[in-house]
Amino acid sequence: MEVAGQLAKHDCTVTLLERSAETGGHVRDWYHLFPDRKDSREVINYLENLIRHKSISLFTDTDVNDIVRENDFFVVRTSDGKELQADAIVVSTGFDLFRSERKEEYGYGIYDNVISSADLEKMFRNDEIKLQNGNIPSKIGMVHCVGSRDEKVGNVYCSKLCCVTAVKQAIEIVKRIPEAKVFCFYMDIRMGGALYEELYKEAQQDYGVNFIRGKVSEVSQDIDNKLITKVEDTLTGRPLKIGLDMLVLMAGMEMAESGQKIALSAELDTGENRFFKATDLHYGSNKSNKKGIFYAGTCTAPMNITETISHARAAVIDVIDYLNDRSN
Amino acid sequence: MQTEGKKRIWSEYNKEIADDHYFYVRSCIRQSFFPGSEQFFLKFLRDDLRKDVLENPSHTTCTGIGYHADVVPFSTIMTVIARHYALMKEAGYKNIVISCVTSFGVYTEILETWKHFPEELEKTRDYLRRATGREFDLPLNMAHTSDLIYKFRNEIAEKAKYLLINHKTGKPLNIVEHVGCHYAKIFPKYGVGGAEFPNVLGGMIEAWGGKVIDYPERRHCCGFGFRQYLVQANRGYSLSNTVKKFDSMKPYKPDMVLTNCPGCTMFMDKWQYTIKEMNGTVYGDNGESIPVLTYEELAGLVLGYNPWDLGLQYHMVQSEPLLKKMGIHYDPADKYRTRDGRQMPVPENMINV
Repeated sequence: MEVAGQLAKHDCTVTLLERSAETGGHVRDWYHLFPDRKDSREVINYLENLIRHKSISLFTDTDVNDIVRENDFFVVRTSDGKELQADAIVVSTGFDLFRSERKEEYGYGIYDNVISSADLEKMFRNDEIKLQNGNIPSKIGMVHCVGSRDEKVGNVYCSKLCCVTAVKQAIEIVKRIPEAKVFCFYMDIRMGGALYEELYKEAQQDYGVNFIRGKVSEVSQDIDNKLITKVEDTLTGRPLKIGLDMLVLMAGMEMAESGQKIALSAELDTGENRFFKATDLHYGSNKSNKKGIFYAGTCTAPMNITETISHARAAVIDVIDYLNDRSN
Repeated sequence: MQTEGKKRIWSEYNKEIADDHYFYVRSCIRQSFFPGSEQFFLKFLRDDLRKDVLENPSHTTCTGIGYHADVVPFSTIMTVIARHYALMKEAGYKNIVISCVTSFGVYTEILETWKHFPEELEKTRDYLRRATGREFDLPLNMAHTSDLIYKFRNEIAEKAKYLLINHKTGKPLNIVEHVGCHYAKIFPKYGVGGAEFPNVLGGMIEAWGGKVIDYPERRHCCGFGFRQYLVQANRGYSLSNTVKKFDSMKPYKPDMVLTNCPGCTMFMDKWQYTIKEMNGTVYGDNGESIPVLTYEELAGLVLGYNPWDLGLQYHMVQSEPLLKKMGIHYDPADKYRTRDGRQMPVPENMINV
């Protein structure tokens, strides 16, 4: 959306293809954003205003089937039979949330009160943090690195945003349920963003969130529906078994399936982590191995919203350079 | 608890199990402590299902216990397993069926080693050739014996004489299923239903009318764990594992425990006796201990086999409370009598009698 809006501002005609019914991606499913707890709808509103432009044609519910180069143009074939011509393409297929049920030992989709970070955001939005039986949870665990930094599921990379999401969500829970005890089970706390560290400190000092350094090994359910969670507390060097009412899995980010499809059809390189591989990590992070095809946002790596928007703006410069070079 | 979630996982771990022509390898522990189990398995497959099953008396231990105790090197155990494959090849069979879960884990570990390190396979071929002059092929299909009973669970249900239902109340029996660690925890793809929510025993229980209990320590070790038990000084650790498991299942009031690993059957059965002797604790309802059965024994009961032909009297925890719940008719006088009518010695201090 950012790319389309900025290109339109620079007198380009843009066709925006969106595979869902509406634009906005995962941000639409989020409640408040870190670190300032801005309502995600503000970002969506900003982006929607940006693409409300006479030079932008938006097609929703449209999948890209393939992208083929024909002479100086690209032909994009879509799931509804369209054939669109373009001088340049910006791929911004984003990410898929890691399917938490793949970490079978946590029991997502099996135990009633094991939920994902995305599920919790929906609860925040609906103002209803409740267990399946309607009760208010009083002991809540948050598992970091679900599907990230995990060779077992084939994702060795850090998704970068789960730690701060957990901190933000933990604070939100305590704000809504002041008597709740929240435990974050982490491998490392990675707070690499503006004001993240401050948020982490706030969670501990002002909201009493407990941070336990250790990976959850397994979750079971007892006869009272408590989630018996086993974790090793690596700071005390002791195994820990704790009964929780609710367990929130911080699902990581993966290359979108729709992106993988485009990578195959357009012969675009992907890296070891399956995200699109840019030509250079330092000065070519928007450029693909195919001239005229560019990348923007989390289709290349996990990013937060600030980084995604900056990356999108950088892509616009590359596209304009490319179009100028071609016409000269 | 959402059953649909479990079914989704099971659908991802559907292993192929051969339909006929099996090369059968026995278990050291199962044939020694629960001899009726292997006898039932062979009789059921050959006589009831008319399957072709071959066992070769030249088959030996897999040396798994020695391997896990660090007295048998990996190259040695690979060569022993290669010899078993050679026996199978010489007999013209391609589908191996393994009675022991420890052995099953060893076979899977070695197959995966050979797949990822082909040079180990070539070395093993050389070792076997030099030691015995034999050649071997990799199996076309490899299954644990519980996989086969799982495969034919519906055939058993169709012929069932007794179901896993309390014949007085009409309610399903509460059954703990304990799947041996080496069955699928090492390589989930080799197990029916995977490692976290295996279905190999649960599928049998449900097909035969029982209710599977999901309790917090269902994944926990039975207490065998080679190093815990084989090193005498560690046996308290072995026992404490078993205590942890039984403490966890107790609130669900299990009517029985079903296992697929001979070692697990042995330890969950015998340690109940030890715990009772040590501090008087029993884990079943009504002051009884919980009968621990192999899947062959349970299948035999469901099909109406005589409990004493199945060898239930050789367990430490006696099964009479379970037999009564299932409405199985049995003659107590036959319990320690041989087929030709001779009276065998009757053990002292039996539990549940």
